[in-house]
Amino acid sequence: MKLALGPILYYWERETTFNFYDEIAASPVDTVYLGETVCSRRHTLRTEDWIEVADKLAAAGKEVILSSQALIESESDLKTLRRIVDNGKFMVEANDMGAVHRLSAARLPFVSGPHINTYNPQTLSLLAELGAKRWVMPVEMSRVALGHMLRDRPSNLETEVFAYGRLPLAFSARCFTARHHNLPKDDCQFRCMDYVNGLTLKTREGQPFLALNGTQTQSASVYNLIGELDAMRETGVDVVRVSPQAFFTAKILRLFREVMDNRLPAQTANQQMTKLMPDQACDGYWHGRPGIEQSYLQASSAENAA
Amino acid sequence: MSPKASLELVCPAGNLPALKVAVDNGADCVYMGFKDNTNARAFAGLNFDQASAREGVRYAHARGTKVLLALNTFPQSDTWERWQAAVDNAVELGIDAVILADPGLMRYAAKNYPNLRLHLSVQGSATNYEAINFYHEHFGIQRAVIPRVLSLAQVEQVVKNTPVEIELFGFGGLCVMVEGRCALSSYATGESPNTCGVCSPAKAVRWEQTPTGLESRLNGILLDRYGKDENAGYPTLCKGRFEVNNETYYAIEEPTSLNTLEMLPEMIAMGIAAIKIEGRQRSPAYVEQVTKVWRSAIDSAKRAPDSYAVNPAWMAQLNKVAEGQQNTLGAYHRPWK
Repeated sequence: MKLALGPILYYWERETTFNFYDEIAASPVDTVYLGETVCSRRHTLRTEDWIEVADKLAAAGKEVILSSQALIESESDLKTLRRIVDNGKFMVEANDMGAVHRLSAARLPFVSGPHINTYNPQTLSLLAELGAKRWVMPVEMSRVALGHMLRDRPSNLETEVFAYGRLPLAFSARCFTARHHNLPKDDCQFRCMDYVNGLTLKTREGQPFLALNGTQTQSASVYNLIGELDAMRETGVDVVRVSPQAFFTAKILRLFREVMDNRLPAQTANQQMTKLMPDQACDGYWHGRPGIEQSYLQASSAENAA
Repeated sequence: MSPKASLELVCPAGNLPALKVAVDNGADCVYMGFKDNTNARAFAGLNFDQASAREGVRYAHARGTKVLLALNTFPQSDTWERWQAAVDNAVELGIDAVILADPGLMRYAAKNYPNLRLHLSVQGSATNYEAINFYHEHFGIQRAVIPRVLSLAQVEQVVKNTPVEIELFGFGGLCVMVEGRCALSSYATGESPNTCGVCSPAKAVRWEQTPTGLESRLNGILLDRYGKDENAGYPTLCKGRFEVNNETYYAIEEPTSLNTLEMLPEMIAMGIAAIKIEGRQRSPAYVEQVTKVWRSAIDSAKRAPDSYAVNPAWMAQLNKVAEGQQNTLGAYHRPWK
């Protein structure tokens, strides 16, 4: 199995982002997804900057994939999409059917991202015929359902699973971070930059429930399938995705790598991770349960690093 | 006939009585679902079995009203046959169009029933013309229902760049998230619109009177707590009150209804093909009231778009049945975002 790093879902300072990828270039990750997938107003890195980062990572031996935005609304969003599709060097992760349309029309191979609703083998075959070389399972899919999907999977189609990070659960046109600050989206003052791991939303009795990340809503808990790597291998998973967080991402990647290479027991890695996560763990979706539930080792929660 | 003259009113039919009042009060189309999880309102006591579907189609067609069938959830590997059979059944019943979200199912329908009219469901999450044109080129869809996230200017951009008819939500419950791209419900309960055709399912809801007020919980998660003087609505996950940075408020959305009556002339002028009324889960009384008002409004806007004004009596009637007794223009009006 290969280890991948998903796109940064948060809005970080330009320098922070460059430094982050310098560290990633030296980390034991095989594949890196790059680009802004959440909000078109975020602009510390433009498409050219992302391609510059991509070149550096490729030079460091990483497979680089450019991720397209999940919610494409305006003509300017479509322009950005076309620039990404026509980059001429790197494969693209499609996160909207508009992207699938452009990529398949150009006869380019692509990754079908986690935001393309792929729930049955018929849809999976269709995507493969259109040029998908890899698909990322929807986050709410269980191991059992994935097994059914892969019974007759198209040849030359890799399967990737979102295996670590706050889960991207929903997209809206509304910015919930701006709303929290009573700002209109068009004058949001980029307040999401203050919340490098998202802004935690709690219930009225203090239970961390969701994380607001601009127009994206995430789980507050951190999805963590480090204990399920053997099960993933048995089910036919080819690529394991870690989603970036503001701190300790390289350490998380190393722990995944060591467990995948059988150099560290999953339990030990899991133990070490509790101190590295922005919130407690969850793994319900993988077991066909509500996503918020946690069954593996009932890991104790770490204090919110933010 | 120019598209401007052909704006259709599409009304919800959760059961046969609702279908009949929608037809009797001027719906151009009614939309319904079968009694299972092949549609996004898979609620107990709702929807149509074979006999009521047959009677519904007969009743509507006899009065010149079209019947659309929502098959807009995503079939899973082990239950694929149910969705496939539902498409076969729609053809057999003489349904005028099926409303689909899953690309695999769309391919099945297009291949096996080339004459069956296909609509892209709002659950298909198509928010730009490239996505809509994908479904048009591959499966020949003739209409797309747009998620409730675009501004009216963005909708116009879509209309100008696709041969596909565009249907917009005009009234009813408001999804804040892009439809088809929201797993909040399964995160809390294990069941989502995509996989099970439900959001915040009733079986996961618990109401409890406590010393601090009436509490609503979804699978144990506290969604809201109501004081004595507050109205407690259905506990939809995104419409609860939560704490963010020690401030308690409707962090995602207030309990509110979408109402776009005032935008009708603009929608007609930009060539929108149909206006959809949400609410298959609502009563026949709701369907009757809303259909009546929207029929009058559409007729009035078509007759004299320049002098069109929202009749206060229409608003009064709609407010009586609106969710949360509040109205919003939603994302069509940019400042909402």
